[in-house]
Amino acid sequence: MSSVRVLVGTRKGAFVLTSDGKRKRWAVTGPHFGGWEIYHLKGSPVDPNRLYASQTSGWFGQIIQRSNDGGKTWEAPGGGMTTAPSGMPVVESNKFVYDTSPETGKPLTTHQWYDGTQHPWEFKRVWHLEPSLTNPDTVYAGVEDAALFRSTDGGQTWQEQAGLRGHGTGPKWQPGAGGMGLHTILLDPSDPERIYIAISAAGAFRTNDAGKTWKPINRGLKSQYIPDPNAEVGHCVHHIALHRSRPSVLFMQKHWDVMRSDDAGDSWQEVSGNLPTDFGFVIDVHAHEPDTIYVVPIKSDSEHYPPKGKLRVYRSRTGGNDWEALTKGLPQRNCYVNVLRDAMAVDSLDSCGVYFGTTGGQLLASPDAGDTWAPIVRYLPAVLSVEVQTLP
Amino acid sequence: MIRVVLPYHLRTLARVGGEVKLDVEGQVTQRSVLDGLEACYPMLRGTIRDQVTQQRRPFLRFFACEQDLSHEPPDAPLPEAVATGAEPFLVVGAIAGG
Repeated sequence: MSSVRVLVGTRKGAFVLTSDGKRKRWAVTGPHFGGWEIYHLKGSPVDPNRLYASQTSGWFGQIIQRSNDGGKTWEAPGGGMTTAPSGMPVVESNKFVYDTSPETGKPLTTHQWYDGTQHPWEFKRVWHLEPSLTNPDTVYAGVEDAALFRSTDGGQTWQEQAGLRGHGTGPKWQPGAGGMGLHTILLDPSDPERIYIAISAAGAFRTNDAGKTWKPINRGLKSQYIPDPNAEVGHCVHHIALHRSRPSVLFMQKHWDVMRSDDAGDSWQEVSGNLPTDFGFVIDVHAHEPDTIYVVPIKSDSEHYPPKGKLRVYRSRTGGNDWEALTKGLPQRNCYVNVLRDAMAVDSLDSCGVYFGTTGGQLLASPDAGDTWAPIVRYLPAVLSVEVQTLP
Repeated sequence: MIRVVLPYHLRTLARVGGEVKLDVEGQVTQRSVLDGLEACYPMLRGTIRDQVTQQRRPFLRFFACEQDLSHEPPDAPLPEAVATGAEPFLVVGAIAGG
């Protein structure tokens, strides 16, 4: 019988939640890395027991952790006692160093600071880890300040995919309220050379040549908080999702507006439709129905909680525009939590399970595609990310 | 033998229980102590000093012998009591909640 493993990153550690395919009884382990912020953890599609985690701290910086047994034990890749004959360590883990210009040795570019002046890139943390679809030792990292890194040795060493930051629009990127993070990485299952990424606040970008060159894909986005609302870059994209059977169709939750692209991001149309507010962070797609999508509307960019204190997931079965509120089992009064951009995921069991975590520490699950909900756990630290593995 | 006291989160990261004891060749300085520490515990690289600039991370302090050594040059000799192991070199997290 299939089972499900939910990987939860929180402000104070990681938690691993497991259940059989019925998804009624859950075992909870953790906190792993207690006291540390775990921005994200995710498993390899090729080897589900290979997990990667981003462990970070304002005091101690960035740590990458890796598990080879589904989260029971962890190691910092290359962080062990491996030494060369000289006695020095032979690997350098957790090191994210931005590329410089090969001609001058100087930084590739600067970005826009909050006050509009130019500012150098400074590494702060890894927001998102995206394991390769084909190789468990290859994993991408989206970092703050925004850049894309890749490891091909299981997380021991990291190389910037500098074509993204160096393609020319970098000086127009700017940090959102949460920092200038590269938070979304989507690998196209039909084309290993095609990758989508998104940055707050720069927008969405696509490569068709495995990361060598990139182009902004923001045509159709309108953002009133930048001088030119239709600018090529500068948009605060909160999250993007796709269905693996149809990877040229993208769904986006922007700062405001829910958007859809049918041409791999070359153009976007708004599909907010009848949502009570089109501000929000998460967006995800049903595992088996490519036009069934989910969002959690949040009141506004100034009030990061659900409208009217009612926590409602909205589902569209038509790829946007027509939305229905899903409320059964969700608090419908006095609820003022937020759902952050990486904190929703789906499983791929026959009856698609949908999961999301809140800043109030609730991990909510629906085993029936959103019709009914129940908490798996209620009192975790604030949830930063949720990923789901469907295991044989 | 140099004694180093790490903050809780770095002790768990390095999987050590109490003080770390190091042999440091040559002059005992912040740099040589931290080099020796990172050689023995590579997972601590980047957690005390920036990976690139080697600057002390801003929310960490270095104390020894009831002195704040955080702003001393990294190649300045540490107090004799640290060099002899009579006193530990303390890596301390800035006090803040959360």
